[in-house]
Amino acid sequence: MTLGDIQLSNAQIAWRAAQDIEDGAYVNLGIGFPEMVAKFQPEGREAIFHTENGVLNFGRAPAAGEEDWDLINAGKKAITLKPGAAFFHHADSFAMVRGGHLDVAILGAYQVAQTGDLANWSTGKGGVPAVGGAMDLVHGAKRVAVLTDHTTKKGEPKLLETCTLPLTGVGCVTRVYTSLAVVDIEGGRFVLREKLPALSLADLQAVTGAELTTPGPVADLIVPNL
Amino acid sequence: MDKTIATPAEAVARIPDGATVMIGGFGGSGAPIELIHALIDHGARNLTVINNNAGNGHVGLAALIEQGQVAKLICSFPRSADPKVFTDLYLSGGIALELVPQGTLAERIRAGGAGIPAFYTPTSYGTDLAEGKPVAEFDGRMYVQERWLKADFALIKAEEADPLGNLTYRMAARNFNPVMAMAARVTIAQVSRIVAPGAIDPEVVVTPGIFVDGIVPVENPQQEEVLNRQEAVYP
Repeated sequence: MTLGDIQLSNAQIAWRAAQDIEDGAYVNLGIGFPEMVAKFQPEGREAIFHTENGVLNFGRAPAAGEEDWDLINAGKKAITLKPGAAFFHHADSFAMVRGGHLDVAILGAYQVAQTGDLANWSTGKGGVPAVGGAMDLVHGAKRVAVLTDHTTKKGEPKLLETCTLPLTGVGCVTRVYTSLAVVDIEGGRFVLREKLPALSLADLQAVTGAELTTPGPVADLIVPNL
Repeated sequence: MDKTIATPAEAVARIPDGATVMIGGFGGSGAPIELIHALIDHGARNLTVINNNAGNGHVGLAALIEQGQVAKLICSFPRSADPKVFTDLYLSGGIALELVPQGTLAERIRAGGAGIPAFYTPTSYGTDLAEGKPVAEFDGRMYVQERWLKADFALIKAEEADPLGNLTYRMAARNFNPVMAMAARVTIAQVSRIVAPGAIDPEVVVTPGIFVDGIVPVENPQQEEVLNRQEAVYP
């Protein structure tokens, strides 16, 4: 068995994160992989999605040819509106972010530290630096969750004692959904909540760059085939 | 009072070399393409431009950069589907970049328009983008001091205007336009329609005319995404 055989797909990680979003929550999903979370809202729950370029309560992408390029999300993709949507300017939008009005922000990550530090904006290799709204989004939301593969493509841990890449924010992440586990960050430590049943704690620890503590029960991480 | 200016060319004619210019928009939505193209025709150089992005393709802001008119760009995200113009110029040292987190950029502009010279934000604390900036603790949390941003000119895009300069916007094309309107010495808005005073319900005015110096009718404005799908190049 290799990790590649059992680890969750991006869609499955997004599905798991979606199960924790309450009905009526105000949610910001980061560009790319986190956007998939919106597809997996449990039946009977409806979150209100925020995009930092000035829309609350947007819905699915329109059909090809139906795009209105004045109606886009932060990833510059065309969106549609749900009944009860609202528009606002950029300063108000980030007041919602920093002012503590969002319930959940879900972001991607290059690295997460056990202290809650996040690195997700720069690989530190030169080129053109670009930050967008990442450094704002990690502050203010009541929960800041990360979706990520548990390791890099080369097999190096992404959950670490200390980030080595340039930081996006300090002590900001509260939960990490990985391709192998669900881990909370509490009091400067990783607390393991769920892991794939096929994986022993020792196996999981071996691909994690900081201690996984288990002060409580560890549940099986079970997701549907998607 | 009538703030109408007949053409984009007249509206940008007073922008001198070396000016600081805020340009509205987030990607292509809300980008005043006709005003930017008029600025290219006008030819002012050595500009400092404030925008969320760095252009896409070879139209609008990308074209202004490609013409060598921009000495410095202040933005949050200088990437796009086709960022080649900015990327090549930046990597060859031909343009300066001040990278600002998006919410900090919006608030610095708002502060500039509101007469607030500096403020504290949690954004960027402990990161490379806070280097050299004063920090302070409030209620047990650390914050970074950021300063206002102001400009000589703001070029923005709105939907409807009356002759007094009261503006409404269209959907997510609002984005940076209302805060930029506040923060420039001279604000020029291109608008899809100019209607009679009183035809815009005062309850729905987003930018009050006090922030607007000139309005330019552009009936069917071009959209960056559409131009890029046509592989358009300006000029």
